[in-house]
Amino acid sequence: MKMFRQIGAVTAMNFRSLPQRVSTSLVVVIGIAGVVAVLVSVLAMSTGLIRTMESTGRDDRAIVMRNGSIAETSSALDRNSAKLIVDGAGIKRDENGEPILSAETFRILSLRKQADDAEVSAILRGVGPKILAVRPELKIIEGRMFQPAVAEVIVGKSAHAQFKGLNVGDVVRSRGANWTVVGVFDTGGDAHESSLMTDAETLISIDQRGSFQSVTALLESPAAFQAFKDSLSANPALAIDVVRERDYYQQQSKTMANIISIIAYVVGGIMAVGAVFAALNTMYSAVSARLQEIATLRALGFGSTAMVMSVLAEALILALIGGVIGALLAWGFFNGNTVSTLGGAGGLGQVVFELSVSPQLMILGVVWACVIGVLGGLFPALRAARLPVAVALRAV
Amino acid sequence: MKYFSLVWAGLWRKKTRTVFTMISIVIAFLLFGLLQGINQGFSTALSRLDVDRLYVTARTGMTDGMPISYLPRIRNVAGVRAVSMWAYFGGYYQDARNPVPAFATDAVELMKVYKEIKIRPEYIEAMAKTRTGALIGDALAAKHGWKVGDRVPIGTSIWTNKSGSNTWEFDIVGTFDSSAYGAGFPSFYLNYSYFDEARQFGTGQVHYYIVSLQDPKQAQRVSREIDDMFANSSVETRTQTESALAQSQLKQLGDINFIANAIVGAVLFTLLFLTANTMMQSVRERTSELAVLKTLGYSDTKVLILVLTESLLLCLFAAAVGIGLAALVFESPALQTLFGNFSMPLFVASMGAGIAVFVAFVSGFPPAWRARQLNIVDALAGR
Repeated sequence: MKMFRQIGAVTAMNFRSLPQRVSTSLVVVIGIAGVVAVLVSVLAMSTGLIRTMESTGRDDRAIVMRNGSIAETSSALDRNSAKLIVDGAGIKRDENGEPILSAETFRILSLRKQADDAEVSAILRGVGPKILAVRPELKIIEGRMFQPAVAEVIVGKSAHAQFKGLNVGDVVRSRGANWTVVGVFDTGGDAHESSLMTDAETLISIDQRGSFQSVTALLESPAAFQAFKDSLSANPALAIDVVRERDYYQQQSKTMANIISIIAYVVGGIMAVGAVFAALNTMYSAVSARLQEIATLRALGFGSTAMVMSVLAEALILALIGGVIGALLAWGFFNGNTVSTLGGAGGLGQVVFELSVSPQLMILGVVWACVIGVLGGLFPALRAARLPVAVALRAV
Repeated sequence: MKYFSLVWAGLWRKKTRTVFTMISIVIAFLLFGLLQGINQGFSTALSRLDVDRLYVTARTGMTDGMPISYLPRIRNVAGVRAVSMWAYFGGYYQDARNPVPAFATDAVELMKVYKEIKIRPEYIEAMAKTRTGALIGDALAAKHGWKVGDRVPIGTSIWTNKSGSNTWEFDIVGTFDSSAYGAGFPSFYLNYSYFDEARQFGTGQVHYYIVSLQDPKQAQRVSREIDDMFANSSVETRTQTESALAQSQLKQLGDINFIANAIVGAVLFTLLFLTANTMMQSVRERTSELAVLKTLGYSDTKVLILVLTESLLLCLFAAAVGIGLAALVFESPALQTLFGNFSMPLFVASMGAGIAVFVAFVSGFPPAWRARQLNIVDALAGR
C-alpha cells in the first residue's frame, strides 16, 4: 500500500513539472501521433475494402463457374451448362415454381474518374431476368430498371458518384453499342454498387459471345449449399466449380487487402522504431532534468520502484495523448472518404469503397502508442532507479 | 574546415542524445527513400522503357480484342520497324491457383520488338518450326523445373481446343531472359498461328499489337495514324506509349503518389520537431561554453554559424545513412526481380539531401539565433 502511495505521489509531482518540459514532451506526443495516424489511415483502407467485399456476398447464394476458374473473368459457361445448373438441388423457387437464379456475363468498360480524370475499368454485368429475386437488396433509387433487348444500363450508386458520364440519360460507349443509362441502383453498399448492370442476353448478342461466365443462384437456405454443390458435381455433363458467394468475394479482395495491410504494418513499424528513439530521448532528458529531485526523493526514503513507475507513467501518458490525437486525426480526415482500387471480379474492375476507421482500429493505434511509450520510457526509468543517491546529490 | 573538430565535439557532447536523434532521422529518411524511391522508380523506369514501343488495343477496352487482319495494315504505317502481338491465353499449370502468364504471339517479331530479351537464335528458329512450341522465361522454367524438350500441359478456363479439351499441351523449345523488363513481363509464349487454328471460338482475335518504332520521336504521329486508320471501323483502336499504358494501369491501383507523399509529409513534420528540440536542448546546456567562445573572441556570427553547421552535420549525415539504407534495400534480390534493374533514383537522393538541409536550417536556426544573441556576462553568470 505504501508503495502505491509513493508511486502516486511521485507521479503527481512529475506531472506538475511537465509544463516546464513542454517542448521535449511535445516531441513524444507529435511523434507518436504521426505513427498512429499513418498506421490507422492505411489500415482503414484494407478494412474498408474487406468490409465492402464481405457485405457483397450472402451465405444463401452460390456462384457457379467453369471448373478451374478462380474468378468470373476466366470462366466460360456454355448454354447447355447454364441449362443443367437450373436443375441443381436446393435452389429456391418463386411462386411459379421456377428456380431463382441469374446466368451472368460481364465485360469491362473504360470509364474516367470524376476526381482526377484517371482512366479506370468498370464492370458491366449482364444479368438474368430474375435478378430482382436473386438480389432482393437491389433497389432502383433513380430512374427505372433496364429493358431487355435494348442497350440500356443501370449504374450502381458508387459508380455513379465516382465515375464520369453515368447520370441518367448519359450514353456509355462500348464495342458495338451505345448504352443509355436509365437508372441508378443501390445494393446496400456492396461491391456491385461500383458496377453497371444490363440484360445478359442483350450483352451477349452485342458482344457476339456464345456463353455466360457464371450463374448465381439463390438457395433455400445457407445449409442447402452442400446439397446444391453435390448435385451439380455429380452431373458428369458439367465441369464446374461451386462457391458460396460470400467466400467468392472475400477471396477476390484478399490479395489487395493483404498488400495494403502489409504496407501499413511495414511503414507503421519503421515509423514506430523512429518514435521509440524519440521517446527515449525525451524521457532521458526528463530524467536528467529531475536528477536532483529524484536523488532527494530517494534520500527521503522513496523506493526505486516508485521512481521507475513514475517515469513509465509519464511516458505512457504522453504516448496515450499522442495515440489518441493520431487516431482522431485519421478518423477526422479519412473516415468515410471514398476511394477506389482494383479488386472487382477477377481483380479487373474498380471497387469503390469507404475508408473505415473503426473503433477497433483506433484502439489498435492507441495500443501501438502505449507500446512505443513503454519501450521509450523503460530504459530512462531504470536509469532513474539505479541512480546512486550520493553522487546525484553531490552534483547540486 | 579548421572549425570542424569544434563542431564535431559539440555534436557528440551528449552521446546518447545525438545517437538517438540520429537514429530517428536515419529512420525518417529510410522511409522517405523507400516510399519516394518506389514512387519515382515506377515513373522513371516506365519513361525509360517506352521510348520506341507503342501498344495498340481496342478502343473500348483492352479485353475486347481486335481482328488479326489489322497486323499488315499497322506494319505498313511509315516509321514502324516491327509489329508483334499478344493474344491472352490465361493459362494455369495443374491447378487454377497456379497461373502461368501465357500469351499467343509471333515469336520472331516479338524478339524484334523487345530487343532486350536475351534468347539464343536457335530457340527462335525452333519456335518457328514447331507448331505446338512454347518459349518460356528462365524464372518460370526454374519454378516448375521445365527444360527444353519437355511437353507441358497448360490448362485454361477460357479456351477450349478443337478436341474439346481445355488442357493444351505445348513442347518447350527454348528459354529466354527478360529480366530487363521486370518480373511482370509475360513469361510463356505459344505460337499464335497454332492457337488460332486450334481454338473453338474467338478465331482471328488479338488483344494487343506491340509496335516498335524506327524513331521514338515519331511516337505521336504513328499513334495518331494507326488510330485514324481504324476510326469508324467496327473495332476502333487506341494506341498508347508503353509508359502511358503502364501509368494508367498503375493508376487503377489508386493514387500511390498521394499516399506516399502524405506519409512522407507526416514523417518529416514529426522530424522537424525532433531535431529542433535536440538542437534547442543542446544549445541551452552549452550556454556557458558558448559564452566562453565569445570571450575568446569568436564573433556573434561565427557562433551562429557554428551552431547551424552542427545541425546541418547531424541532419545531412543521418539523411545520407537513411537514404543509403533505402538504396541497399532496393539492391536486394527480391526487389530486383520485382522491378527489374532498379536502383535509388538520383533525383530522390538529391531531394532527400535538400530536405535534410531544410530541416537542419529550420530546426537549427532558432537555437543558433539564441546563441548569437547571448550576452557574455549574463551567460557566464548563469542568468
